[in-house]
Amino acid sequence: MKGNHLLSGRAVVVCYLVAFWSGFFVMGVELLGGRLLAPNFGSSVYVWGALITIFMLALSLGYLAGGRFSQRNPSMAKLGMLLAAAALTTLPVLPLSGVTLEDLAIAIPDPRFGSLAAAAMLFFVPTFFGGMVSPYCVRLLVDSEESSGRRAGQLYFVSTFGSAAGTILTSFYLVLWLELNTILIAMIAISCVLATLAGAIKGNKT
Amino acid sequence: MKNCIGLMAAALLLVAPAALAQEKLVHSERSQYREVLVYETNGERCMCFTRSCRIGRQSCINLADPHRFALNYTRMMMGGTFLMGDAPKSILIIGLGGGSIPTALRELLPTAQIDVVEIDPAVTRVARKYFGFKDGPKLKVYEVDGRVYVKRAAREGKKYDLVMLDAFDHEYIPEHLLTREFLTEVKSILSPTGVLVGNTFSSSKLYDHESTTYAAVFGKFFNLKAANRVVVARPAGLPSEDQLRLKALEYELALRSFGVDLRDVLPMFSTAPDWDTKARVLTDQYSPANLLNR
Repeated sequence: MKGNHLLSGRAVVVCYLVAFWSGFFVMGVELLGGRLLAPNFGSSVYVWGALITIFMLALSLGYLAGGRFSQRNPSMAKLGMLLAAAALTTLPVLPLSGVTLEDLAIAIPDPRFGSLAAAAMLFFVPTFFGGMVSPYCVRLLVDSEESSGRRAGQLYFVSTFGSAAGTILTSFYLVLWLELNTILIAMIAISCVLATLAGAIKGNKT
Repeated sequence: MKNCIGLMAAALLLVAPAALAQEKLVHSERSQYREVLVYETNGERCMCFTRSCRIGRQSCINLADPHRFALNYTRMMMGGTFLMGDAPKSILIIGLGGGSIPTALRELLPTAQIDVVEIDPAVTRVARKYFGFKDGPKLKVYEVDGRVYVKRAAREGKKYDLVMLDAFDHEYIPEHLLTREFLTEVKSILSPTGVLVGNTFSSSKLYDHESTTYAAVFGKFFNLKAANRVVVARPAGLPSEDQLRLKALEYELALRSFGVDLRDVLPMFSTAPDWDTKARVLTDQYSPANLLNR
């Protein structure tokens, strides 16, 4: 079996970095999402249930789409675009989380379905793009059949480790230091920087 | 000093097992939010959310005289209710516990409409079964999140003469109920001379943040402190010492049968800030109340 090296060494590092950050970003946003929903829907277990449902659903469909998207001319630039898409589609959360959620809470008085609708409206699209990142990375990183499992394992490790880091940093420290919107903006900015880096790197050997 | 500590430790060792042995678990049930436990000790029945009431008794009644308030903070809450001016005709209480406060108010103010918001149906169930709590048309319970209820009440233009916040326990604070935005919403459902009475924390770093948050919304407020702290605020301005004293005389007798001596509560009405006035105000954007409460 002949190797199919898509990426240079440096591009491999950036690819893992993107996967790490994507995992971080998804969980950071999810935790902040709970905070954003609380004023209008409360912080009951079903509010978290609604939020996690939407995130899992969006991720699962994102994985499917990411896999498909990777089949045509995969490149670091396109990977960067996915990360940027996840970040930029998070931007509407900033203005929408106030009055719009209040209107939604009035329209759907049942807090379970109200928070489900709110979570879907705010977080489905960015998390969908976030889900596309991992399978797309797998496509870029796998250079042979034998290494595919190892690469996928490393990729899962990096992105899930990123999720763990995003969860603990956001919930233990960031909310103690910064306002929710400040954290969101900072995370979006970091995503954009990484996306630019991925786009600029001369990754494709072919 | 060392001896003193040694003695105290010895005394505790002697007392602790005896106290534990007397404590009887009467009932426990798991709810969506927590475990609701009912214990009996020394003729008192208490609702707790932790095993052996390790921390924070939510609500207690004296079994021989269920009429009397068993917990200390309730007298400060009564002070906030009766000393500020005319008796309230409409009351909102956020957080039911065993229901001793609404039960007492129902009796003291039979014509008042009392609405209670309790998020956990298990707490309401246990209050009815073990704490003699009786709801009815004049004392209604709404099973909904406090913030959601207040927002809805504000939209419907409801007004209350008295709003009591009693939704915190020692372990966990619903952080969306301790922000400038929430207190502003509460302020908006107060009638022109409406009063807010909040049972909150007297220690930890949170004390400073909580104080500046209340000050940001209500300006000057009465700060009653014992083991708990009770905030008493009124947007229309605070009564003078004489006005407080007059009301204490008026209601002294009525409250005495509940085990509350309003004359004891009177000197607790202080407006002196004893907190760090530069502490950051808690908002919906910045509300790490549980992280600060250490």
